[in-house]
Amino acid sequence: MKIRSLNPNFRRRLVTYGIVAAAFVFIQILSGAGLLTNSLSGQLVPICAYVIMAVSLNLTVGILGELSLGHAGFMSVGAFTGAFLSVCCKDVLPGWLTLTLALLAGTAAAALVGVLIGIPVLRLQGDYLAIVTLAFGEIIKNLLNSFYIGRDSAGFHLSFKDALSLGLDDTGEVIINGAQGVTGMPRSASFTLGIVLILVTLFVVQNLVDSRTGRAIMSIRDNRIAAESVGINVTRYKMIAFTVSAALAGLAGAMYAHNFSTLVARKFDYNTSILVLVFIVVGGLGNIRGSVIAAAALTVLPELLRGFSDYRMLVYAVVLIVMMLFNQSPQFAAWRQKLAAKFRRRRPNRKEA
Amino acid sequence: MQYAISILLSGVSLGGQYALIAIGYTMVYGILRLINFAHGDLFMVAGLLMVYLSANLPLAASIPLVLVLTVLLGFIIERAAYKPLREAPSLAVLITAIGMSYLLQNLALLVFGSAPKSFSSVIALQPLRLFDGALIITGETLTTILASAAIMAGLTLFVNKTKVGHAMLAVSEDRGAAQLMGINVNATISLTFAIGSALAAVAGVLLCSAYPSLTPTTGAMPGIKAFVAAVFGGIGSIPGAMLGGVLLGVIQSLSTAYISSQMADAIVFGVLIIVLLVRPTGILGKQTREKV
Repeated sequence: MKIRSLNPNFRRRLVTYGIVAAAFVFIQILSGAGLLTNSLSGQLVPICAYVIMAVSLNLTVGILGELSLGHAGFMSVGAFTGAFLSVCCKDVLPGWLTLTLALLAGTAAAALVGVLIGIPVLRLQGDYLAIVTLAFGEIIKNLLNSFYIGRDSAGFHLSFKDALSLGLDDTGEVIINGAQGVTGMPRSASFTLGIVLILVTLFVVQNLVDSRTGRAIMSIRDNRIAAESVGINVTRYKMIAFTVSAALAGLAGAMYAHNFSTLVARKFDYNTSILVLVFIVVGGLGNIRGSVIAAAALTVLPELLRGFSDYRMLVYAVVLIVMMLFNQSPQFAAWRQKLAAKFRRRRPNRKEA
Repeated sequence: MQYAISILLSGVSLGGQYALIAIGYTMVYGILRLINFAHGDLFMVAGLLMVYLSANLPLAASIPLVLVLTVLLGFIIERAAYKPLREAPSLAVLITAIGMSYLLQNLALLVFGSAPKSFSSVIALQPLRLFDGALIITGETLTTILASAAIMAGLTLFVNKTKVGHAMLAVSEDRGAAQLMGINVNATISLTFAIGSALAAVAGVLLCSAYPSLTPTTGAMPGIKAFVAAVFGGIGSIPGAMLGGVLLGVIQSLSTAYISSQMADAIVFGVLIIVLLVRPTGILGKQTREKV
């Protein structure tokens, strides 16, 4: 079978998988040759987590067309659930089983929170939806910051006040300690795991996008009223996209948690949500492969250019504004068309979200 | 009892500041259908400018200068980032606004540094002592309440009685029709941004007098909360922004005092979510029907 005779969607997917696999081999060769700096090899798992975050947020923003500003909230739910499970089970179960369970639990918990938040949020549209997702992200952060859970011989205790009011006996240990977060997770996440999870995420998202469900979701993005009038259940499809997106963010969070031995809720604030948004805007809204490349590149670049790191957020802000002006402003569009006519390059005329 | 009254008053004062910022949000939203995320950071910039200018200049010169500079900044932001996107999809403009907010925060971080700047209060009023000193109202609280009430009254008169104010209402009602009636739409939008920025500057000076510590991210949370206040009162409506701001300030003060300071933000955002679900157009908002 020739590669050209394949379905174009399938071919596109294969290329994306190929890029991820090539990146994996490249990094393995580098690390085998001892060319990876310490700081960079420490960043490998977070990079994978951010790639998954970007792909999953692109499902909400690029494919569904609703701006979500609380994506880090789902990541923190996944991270805390996974970390909690790991700390609980690490002495009882073998390491690989603990990690698998933690990843599954993180994904499931984030999906559950996604459904709970999605029910009210998805009744809203546009700007209102964006601001409410922001509100939920902040609420999740605030709740986790004042959430205490501990374990002793009598079982689990939880509190929203402080660690003392848990009332633990002598055998007790505090597992989630409010703003101090969770400590003592096994650092069991590896780069290989990260790559496998990226491939799983890509498989899930790209299959969803290319399916009947995916076409329904995109039709809501392009024209909600028209989609509704041909019998598409808008709420249901919005819910599917939102929940899958939340679940994958939870997966990213659970993996991220297992790269560090401590975890605090402060890490997953509004800024993290915006950071992931920058990744997908730079990669192209609705373009899954673009998200993968942009997330990886924008996390590695500041790591490589050390002196540049002070200006990193500033550059992100400028990039965000310039990308939007470049893609959407009529003056820029005219200028781009002139440029394109000069080079006579034929490009597929894809509509941007 | 005195405690409850003082909590309530500080809530109203905080609410007055939220209301001043919320008016800027609500006016811009009314005209452009845009959540101007950079608005909250504008008020942080105003506060930082005040810190530097009041250190070198007398108060009578630094306050007008801060106002002028903030208005100028608001005007530049609108012209550079939002005007080219007038016809673009709303998602694109919203992301641009977020980028602008980030840009202001990080520029301030580079220029002013991340260490908190202390702010000496610009209000010379003595605290008011009632009930033999059992209830003390600080000069800042009193000035904020009075100033926001005066500004709101003036703004309501301006919008409803003057020709320019009518033009603003007309543009927010229907931009195309307003243009056909000979209204200079771009000038009106710029004016809206200018007024919003001026109010943000006033709020910045007042808020920093009450809570005298300032960092480049000071603007983010009050900015978002002021937007919540605008939504709460009904976005697009100026009286709604005032009502929403004051209510939100009171809710925040009460929950900080009586429930938990950790959870105050969560409660404020919870209120937003409930309001949007029960009455998506806010307390004083108009119901609009979407047409195909």
